[in-house]
Amino acid sequence: MSGVRVLVGTRKGAFILTSDGRRRNWDVSAPQFGGWQFYHLKGSPVDPNRIYASQSSDWFGQTLQRSSDGGKSWETVGNKLLYDGVPGMHQWYDGTAHPWEFKRVWHLEPSLTDPDTVYAGVEDAALFKSSDGGATWTELSGLRGHSTSAQWGPGAGGMCLHTILIDPSNHDRLYVAISAAGAFRSDDGGATWKPITKGLHSKHLPVPDAEIGHCVHRIAMHRSRPQTLFMQKHWDVMRTDDGGESWQKISGNLPTDFGFVIDVHAHQPETIFVVPIKSDSEHYPLDGRLQVFRSRTGGTEWEPLTKGLPQDDCYVNVLREAMAVDALDACGIYFGTTGGQVYASTDEGNSWNAIVRDLPPVLSVEVQTI
Amino acid sequence: MVRVELPYHLRQLAGVNGEVSLEVPGVVTIAAVIDALEARFPMLQGTIRDHATGERRRLLRFFACEDDLSFSPPDAPLPDAVARGGEPFIILGAIAGG
Repeated sequence: MSGVRVLVGTRKGAFILTSDGRRRNWDVSAPQFGGWQFYHLKGSPVDPNRIYASQSSDWFGQTLQRSSDGGKSWETVGNKLLYDGVPGMHQWYDGTAHPWEFKRVWHLEPSLTDPDTVYAGVEDAALFKSSDGGATWTELSGLRGHSTSAQWGPGAGGMCLHTILIDPSNHDRLYVAISAAGAFRSDDGGATWKPITKGLHSKHLPVPDAEIGHCVHRIAMHRSRPQTLFMQKHWDVMRTDDGGESWQKISGNLPTDFGFVIDVHAHQPETIFVVPIKSDSEHYPLDGRLQVFRSRTGGTEWEPLTKGLPQDDCYVNVLREAMAVDALDACGIYFGTTGGQVYASTDEGNSWNAIVRDLPPVLSVEVQTI
Repeated sequence: MVRVELPYHLRQLAGVNGEVSLEVPGVVTIAAVIDALEARFPMLQGTIRDHATGERRRLLRFFACEDDLSFSPPDAPLPDAVARGGEPFIILGAIAGG
């Protein structure tokens, strides 16, 4: 492991930030496809030079890019993500039935074993899979065909499937999260799915403990403990230790437990990070102070991490795809803001520096340790 | 040859500068021109017409010979001046958004 590559998706292009293993000096690429939205970029864990990127535009729709040289060059791959069969209806904001309409790809999750296999989570919520490097796509329609799908509804950001997790010990076990339908698990490679929401409580729902309707913002997993998942819900930080069969609240002493991102330390599966946001009505940090909170106990007991982060007049947001960790020792943590800053910590969160300060609003951050 | 003007972002995606010249077989219609464009530049598939519906994307418009052809039937013949290459077929992005 000699360096780090940070893949940053923004409202106006993608950027690649690179450094050696010391992570002190950073090279910031020119904008890749400037002017296009990049909701997500992610590299293959088995071939780090293979990177998939979701490129979209209100004018030109969804396109997908693939790099085979670590982001030096790109090839446009297939963008025909068509729902399987008649798309059907889901619930709209006002409770009426609304047809499923493809809008964009929110998340790309490369296979853990094959660089040509990649999953795509899309809005309106569905899961697609490509086994030919993104050339063609097939919907894993058992998810959207779940008996509850007519009850699924959009969150403020749209009805997006944003989290895709592959169990490293059992590749047939997949987890997805949809805002605002909830979380689902498949144990057969994506053919069939079950809601995994027992223990979630959302007071804005008519039935707060309902199986469907929870606005899950992000789920994170440490690869050494795939039964344990950490969730940042709309409000509430949660964990499960049984693959989602039951969830427990671990918000503990957080000053606010609304937020979007959550991630796990690369080497300590009980060390987790969140960025509390004031509220769902005010998408910025509490008191104008940007704080990461770390728990070394798997939740409940949290400590603020502020060194190097703005502690006055800071009103940015940190969106759900915009935090990631590297695998170096000590673990690096990275997050991007809607103000265009990408912050990095090379000491497990104790102190922070801005790698770059003035990018367009950051939508996603992924890190490759190379 | 039919001349096609693309908006900036589609020129970038296709890797071209300026106008594109296309051989369009048969009757020169909007659909035939876009079919030929997508055949030559597969990376543009789905960016002008929605994959699912085949409809023109709502923030794009089609112009030729100073006429707005955005709502013309896709199979209606384009003006002779476009078919002969005297005038370009213009695909224009709406001047909107941030």
